[in-house]
Order: sequence, then C-alpha cells, then structure tokens
Amino acid sequence: MDLSACDAATLRTLLGNGDVSAVEVTQASLDRIGATEPHVKAFLRVLDEQALAHAADIDRRHAAGEPVGPLAGVPLALKDILCTAGVETTCGSRILEHYRPPYDAAVVERLRAADAVVVGKTNMDEFAMGSSCENSAFFPTRNPWDLDRVPGGSSGGSVAAVAAFDAPLGIGTDTGGSIRQPAALCGLVGVKPTYGLVSRYGLIAFASSLDQVGPIARTVTDAALLLAAIGGHDPRDSTSIPQPVPDLTAALDAGVDGLRVGVVREFTGDGMEPGVRARVDAAIARLGALGADVVEVSLPHAGYGVSAYYLIAPSECSSNLSRYDGVRYGLRVDGATTEEMMARTRAAGFGSEVKRRVMIGTYALSAGYYDAYYAQAQRVRTLIIRDFEAAYEHCDVLVSPTSPTTAFRLGERAADPLAMYLSDIYTIPSNLAGAPALSLPVGTDDAGLPVGLQVMAPVLGEAVLFRVARALEADLRFDATPTGRNSLAEVLA
Amino acid sequence: MSLSTDDVRHVARLARLALGDDEIVALQAQLSDILAYAEKVGEVATGDVPPTGHAYPLADVLRDDEPRPSLPPDAAVATAPQAEDGRFRVPRIVDEA
Repeated sequence: MDLSACDAATLRTLLGNGDVSAVEVTQASLDRIGATEPHVKAFLRVLDEQALAHAADIDRRHAAGEPVGPLAGVPLALKDILCTAGVETTCGSRILEHYRPPYDAAVVERLRAADAVVVGKTNMDEFAMGSSCENSAFFPTRNPWDLDRVPGGSSGGSVAAVAAFDAPLGIGTDTGGSIRQPAALCGLVGVKPTYGLVSRYGLIAFASSLDQVGPIARTVTDAALLLAAIGGHDPRDSTSIPQPVPDLTAALDAGVDGLRVGVVREFTGDGMEPGVRARVDAAIARLGALGADVVEVSLPHAGYGVSAYYLIAPSECSSNLSRYDGVRYGLRVDGATTEEMMARTRAAGFGSEVKRRVMIGTYALSAGYYDAYYAQAQRVRTLIIRDFEAAYEHCDVLVSPTSPTTAFRLGERAADPLAMYLSDIYTIPSNLAGAPALSLPVGTDDAGLPVGLQVMAPVLGEAVLFRVARALEADLRFDATPTGRNSLAEVLA
Repeated sequence: MSLSTDDVRHVARLARLALGDDEIVALQAQLSDILAYAEKVGEVATGDVPPTGHAYPLADVLRDDEPRPSLPPDAAVATAPQAEDGRFRVPRIVDEA
C-alpha cells in the first residue's frame, strides 16, 4: 500500500485498526520527502529524528492500550512561523536564521496532544509577507503542478508539501490570503478560520488584528479534523474566543439543498483569467444543481479592501517587527551606538519586501498621517464588515474565485510589488471582517493548472462553510494528484 | 502621495533601517506607487463611522491575578546575541560626561 497517497481520515482508520504503525507511516512520509524535495523545496528543515521518535512513542502507547490523540501518527508539515521549543524557527528570515525558541506555540502543543507527527518546518515568504514564496530569504518553493511556477504564498511550503503528497496535512497562516491563495494555486483545501478561533500564542506576529492559523489538506474532511484539533480557547492569547470550536463534522454531509449561496457581484472584475471564471461559474452552477438557492449579492466597499489592507497590515507589521533590534534574539550587526547597531542589524536581516512594508507602516503611522491613513483604513474596515452583515441577511454563504489567476511563473511578478498585492483581492475582505473562508479546488484551466473557489461564511460559521465545501467536493471529485506538463509526476516518472 | 528621497530617508531613520542609496531610490518610487493605491481609502465618505481595530468584540481580557511559573531568566537570555550576568548586553547608550 502506498501510505503517502492516503488522506488523514484513512490513515486514522488504518492506524486505529493496527493495519499499519505510526513509524511505517512516518517513514513513508520521510521517504516521499526524500524523493520530491529536490524538485519542490517545500521544507526549510526536515525533522526526521524527532518525527520517528514521536511515531515510536505513539506505537508504544497504542500497543500498551494507553490513550493516543485523534490525529495519532498522521504526518504534518508545519509552517516555520510557529515557535517550536529548541528547534530552529526562522519565519523565512535571515534575522531569525539560527533562532531556537524557548517554548512551543499553542498550535504546536495541540498538534502534539493530538499526536500529529510534525515531519518538518516549511518554507514561506519572509514574515508571511508575499503571495509566491519567492520572498523567502533562503530559496523559492515550486508548484508541484508545474515546477516553473510559484506555489503561492505566504504558506507556499506547507501547501507544496501537501500537494506533493509529502504529508496529508499542513499548517499555514493567513493574514490576507496566505492559506487560501496557495491552496487554490496547488489544488488543495485551505481554511482561514474565524479570527480568534485558533490561538496565536507562539505565532510570530505579522499583523495582529488579521493573523490566523489554519489547516491545509487534500480533502474537506481532513481540513475539518485538523481545525478541530488546533482550535479552541487559549487564555494566553487575549484575542482568543472563549468558546469551543463549532462542531464541524456533524453536518458535514448534510448537503446544500435549500442553502442560500451569494455570488459576490464585485468579485468578477478586471484581471480575472477566463479559465478561472469558467471553472468558478461551473462550480456555482453545480451548487444550484445540488439544490442551493444561488443569488447575487453586493459588497459595495470590498473594492477598497486591498487599499485598506495595505495600510492596516504594514502599520501593524512596522510595530510588531520593531522587536527585531539585535538585542534579545536573532541577528546582530555591530555599531558604535545602540541605534546604529539596531539600524544595521535590521537593514542586514530583513529582505526587500519586509523593508518595504515596515517603511509603509512607519510612514502611515507617523505624525500628521495617522488619521488619513491608518484610522481611515480602519473606518473602511468597519464599512466592509457592515457590507458582509447586510449580505448575510440574504444568504448563508458567499462564493467567489479565491485568486483572479492560476499559478504564475517564478519571477513574473517579482519586479512589481503592487501587482503581487492584487493576488489577494478576493481573500483580503474576510481577513478584515475576521470571518472564516475556505478555498476548494474546482478543476483545472486549459493549461492544466488548478482553480480554487472561495467559500465565505459569517463569524463562527465554520460548520456551514465545511458543509458547502464537502457537498461540492463530493460532486466534482477533483483529483489532487499534480499531473501534466512539467509537473512533479512527470519529473519523477 | 509622491515621496522625496529625503522623506524616504526620514522614514528609514524612524524605522531604524540603515538603507543604502540604491534602496532609497527604489523605495521612493515603490512607496509612492503603493501609497497612491492605498490612498483610495480616502475616496470613501466615512463620516462618523467608528474605526475597527479588532473584528471580534472582546474587551478588557484579564487573567487571574495569581503567581505562576514563567520563563526562567537564563532561558530568556539564552537566545540573545550578547548577554552577561543574566542581562542583555548592548552598546553604550548614555555618554559618560
């Protein structure tokens, strides 16, 4: 049996029945990484010893009749933005190149309690700032569907690892689309949960009012299993919602008959590729055929989402990243004075996109500009939230493309930061609203590249989100195996 | 908004970034472009619309006022580029006069 082809739900059954051991499953994942990694480069660090030791402990407990977690023995790829005690955590940046955190992130603790086996830490755009994984300080990651194309970003490494069948599960973070956009570009399910559903304790901060951790998987059910394992209240994060995770599995197969699906009028504009539009329209038609009531809705201020985001996120990042000053951790470049040491350290340690965003944020927050930029962006944020509230009076979920384009070529947008920012035009509004959203693969374009449909729901509406995605997944039967010209399958054949 | 190179140098100083001349020139054009796009938020009549800082309404989240274990000092300084006697070491800040 090819264990690396199995999804998490299948592995749970096999492991629970004793048909396979956690060590066998982990070794299969590590062997697969060995074969795919020279082509994809999804991982900054493969944690083979640690993973095999954890797997052996799971097998020992299983044999002794002791309890094991709900994801026991399932391999998982972890974005290098989450702190792992004693294990290098770089956030894709030179400034944290050799940083070993003294503690685990809450999500890492919960993954350990669930007995998911972390096989490695994955590549990412530096400090999660980017939409292509090209802003990693170390190397770019490649899309398993076409190795000359980007996997998307910023969670490009976790997504590429799951798309390459290195592991069935991945953890990403999403501040403006950093889970959903790469999931769309690599043919996977990716979820940005409600803000506050998953603890940010030990998550390296980018924009604190927007950052959220979420699951990446090849199936909707696997994504629900992973979110259930990592979500829930954590008193160490003051923005953590003091409620349990909504039950995601009870209504998973309830279908969409009678649900009202809103198509966002404003999310059909310029820059959308015909192949994306065709697949998304076909998927929406299937929702109608399955019994959903498809209606058109308007989010009149959503068009200002990217503008508001590129004031709010850089402002928060310029404040959050002030901690990288060469004093407490990370890189230090010497200087005659403390200020000179700090300025040289930050200039040497940050890449160009991080510098750009720190500069935008510093400017937007500086004396005389705060009201016109940051405060005005926050008022527009309120109007976008009100738009969503009005739309949900007429429908249960909203749908749109996840990304206006399929995967683009490496280097294609590197010279034009603004063009790169527009990759997130449909994903950003959900971050601003703090509401959950999911990307589901709905087919491929004429070039054979995956297209993602975004499904959005109201705050804490995860159950209906997964229900709609599951119904469409069962209907479309998308095959997540990357194939076609220049794909991973082709180079491995 | 079009920024001058002096504006960019001023912001770089505020941000504690020792940028090279080539970076200043590149950022002058890039920041002007990005801010011109971001400034579209100014087209929206927001009147008395309140700003949203966090999307989920939670306020005054406090922990119980009870002592609990925290990170030991030696672990806290173990990651520092320079530490001495359990403290972070930095270049001189105040001149001896």
